[in-house]
Amino acid sequence: MIEFHLDGRSGVAPYMQLIQQVRQAMRLGLLTEGDQLPTVKDVVAKVAINPNTVLKAYRELEYEGLVTARPGVGTFVTQTLTDESLAAHGPLRDELRAWLARARAAGLNAESIEALFATTFRTLVEELR
Amino acid sequence: MISPVIQAEGLSKRYGRREALSDCTLSIPPKHVVGLVGPNGAGKTTLLHVAVGLLPPTKGRIEVLGGRPASDPAQLARVGFVAQDAPTYAGLSIADHLRFGAHTNPRWDQRMAEERITKLGLDPSQKAGRLSGGQRAQLALTMAIAKRPELLILDEPVASLDPLARREFLQGLMGFIADQDASVILSSHLVSDLERVCDYLIVLVASRVRVAGEVDDLLASHFRLTGPRRDPADLPPGTEVIEDSHTDRQSTFIVRRAAPIDDPALSVEQLTLEDLVLAYMSRAPRNPHPALETTP
Repeated sequence: MIEFHLDGRSGVAPYMQLIQQVRQAMRLGLLTEGDQLPTVKDVVAKVAINPNTVLKAYRELEYEGLVTARPGVGTFVTQTLTDESLAAHGPLRDELRAWLARARAAGLNAESIEALFATTFRTLVEELR
Repeated sequence: MISPVIQAEGLSKRYGRREALSDCTLSIPPKHVVGLVGPNGAGKTTLLHVAVGLLPPTKGRIEVLGGRPASDPAQLARVGFVAQDAPTYAGLSIADHLRFGAHTNPRWDQRMAEERITKLGLDPSQKAGRLSGGQRAQLALTMAIAKRPELLILDEPVASLDPLARREFLQGLMGFIADQDASVILSSHLVSDLERVCDYLIVLVASRVRVAGEVDDLLASHFRLTGPRRDPADLPPGTEVIEDSHTDRQSTFIVRRAAPIDDPALSVEQLTLEDLVLAYMSRAPRNPHPALETTP
């Protein structure tokens, strides 16, 4: 079971934050096939958000095929996202750290590093489209 | 078809010469958490009092859950109301309050009321006058919930509470909605109080409804545009300017339109709910499109 939290200042819609947290937990192996998501009532009683927001997030996850709702029982994860890609995380993180160190050494501050990463990433996504 | 929670047409309320509510037309769909937002003195309390039948309107029509407010005992039982500052009877104990509730409400759920009091860690023999503000608000909420209303109306329920009590109050309220599938209307002068819980928003300013709609629709149809100085009249057709400000070089607009703007000279940003509400609150009633003086 995972617990949700909301960042009021992130500018990301609350239902989207819930979706991202589920996807993130699945990618990190915290949620695998058969695991149950917190019930709507548990989520609203903890995070103090509108139940419809939780339902919307769960519906979206269901539409993506990541979870399935069993009426009267709960919502369950139907996939395991941590396949071979999880094994690649370690080496990729090491390479990224090395790159970040080089960027630092070249005199970039945190803000310019973020900006450089974001623009490069966006360009790449556009090219792949 | 399920009738709207509140259907109002041309609703006005006048105190002497002062109009507290002017020509208010609304149709609020059921099963929503509705935020009624506006500055102090905008008419929020008046609108809520008319909806629960505490005040008769001066003009216009209002139906609540398809019936006239407070027209008969059945209608009274369907609507729960927590007035501003969560009034309770200071000299009565919590248990007395619950007994009183059981006596006066046909659909009263005593078991749920007692469970809630236990869960809140309150002693039923405690006098309401000795409770903290947050505890008193929770007692008032318990009374309103145990009545099992189809519509729960709360006037500024969290305004006087500290952040922790505020969070706990909203947790309790949201738990009730998840359980009972009821509709809720709550007012506040701060949208940040309501941002997480509302999925429908009404902005009331100077006795008039400025905007009302599903939160998702409102967020998807309002944008902040920044770009080189230009006259609001030169924005693409279909753009309603809510707020504009100009420096000698730059113009910033908050606009409402169905689709985002595709204009390379303008940078387009999504708004937060708070920005959106503030834009409507600060919009003074004036010419919709004042012409800009041209700069040499």
